Amino acid sequence: MIYLVRKLGAIALDLIEGLGRMGMFFFRVIRGVGRPPGKYLSTLKQVQFIGTKSFFVIGFTAAFTGMVLGLQGYYTLSKFGSEGLLGSAVGLSLIRELGPVLTALMVTGRAGSAMCAEIGIMRIEEQIDALECMAVDPHSYLITPKLIAGLIALPLLTAFCDVLGIFGGYLIGVQLLGVSGGAFMDGLTSSVVWDDVYMGIVKSFCFAVLMIWICTYKGYYAGLDEGNFGPEEVSWATTQAVVYASISILVSDYIITSILL
Amino acid sequence: MDRKGLELSVGVFLLIGLLCLAYLSIRLGDLQLFGGADYRVEAVFSNVAGLKEKAAVTMAGVNIGQVERIGLQDGRARVEMRINNGVKLEQDVIASIKTMGIIGDKYISISPGADDEYIPSGGAIQDTQPPLDIENLLGKFVFGSVDNNKSSGQKESGGDKK
Repeated sequence: MIYLVRKLGAIALDLIEGLGRMGMFFFRVIRGVGRPPGKYLSTLKQVQFIGTKSFFVIGFTAAFTGMVLGLQGYYTLSKFGSEGLLGSAVGLSLIRELGPVLTALMVTGRAGSAMCAEIGIMRIEEQIDALECMAVDPHSYLITPKLIAGLIALPLLTAFCDVLGIFGGYLIGVQLLGVSGGAFMDGLTSSVVWDDVYMGIVKSFCFAVLMIWICTYKGYYAGLDEGNFGPEEVSWATTQAVVYASISILVSDYIITSILL
Repeated sequence: MDRKGLELSVGVFLLIGLLCLAYLSIRLGDLQLFGGADYRVEAVFSNVAGLKEKAAVTMAGVNIGQVERIGLQDGRARVEMRINNGVKLEQDVIASIKTMGIIGDKYISISPGADDEYIPSGGAIQDTQPPLDIENLLGKFVFGSVDNNKSSGQKESGGDKK
């Protein structure tokens, strides 16, 4: 009995300790923005890694999502004889919801996991300890450029995803299924307002922070809970990072939507 | 050389991303970057039930602006509109609230006038017509008193049914 109560207390303490460590980690990364090692080149490399190299993945995801939205939307709307609404249906669902969420999930899978593994390996090979020995702040040197790059790259990728998805929807709706092109574009321009675009951008900024924060944190403290620094801990940290980042993106998506709506 | 390639690829990425963002916000989101493209006009209606902000303002079916704000003034509805700079409204234009289709959105239709003077920015449209009250009309139709209505078109349709 006493053992169970003690176990409960231990779990609660671990949880609070972990949350505090995460908060301190984020604070140190933010503090690193104005600190010495220059970040121009490293940030640029990260923008290339997160942004440029994700183009194809995001492009494929967006195009096929838009196309399937066009098909499904047409199927549903044609039952009510209102195929003219296809443009607004595709545009609104992409710009408000699917664009930011899908982009964030794809980037988590592609770049977030790689970041976590990279930092996790630096941790188990004691490279991070070496940086500390040389009085280089590892947060500022390793993590801050990734955060800045994520904040630059994700909103732009989201915009790219939206545009390509709408193009995919247009392709299927207008070219294949014969909805009038004018009705499609008119429904799109008249139903999408600035608030929708703004909502998508706010979401993508939040997702960028969450994704980079969780993935780098998991990598940075890989093996800490187990007290054992080996390859298995890195793989475990990477798995956890991707799962937690994806879940928190979906949960925060709901919260942001309910606040902004 | 390596650094040049890196900068180039990042530059291409930023350019494409910003272009997409600009397309979304300016073409689709109707973001007003430059305030000079339109001017304000207001009109006072006795009733604007169903009219929403951002609703279209049209003349002869062509979109010429949108509703900016709807407020209350002495028990009547005061509607502020933004009209494109290219469209000049004469002093004696008539603004009326109409419905797209039977259950569509409400919009403001402005019928052209013949006056020599134009409404300046911030001016007001004098003649307004409230929207057709469909519920009221249905009530009259059901109880068969539509004939007393002033409008001839409504009289005919009511008379036919009788």
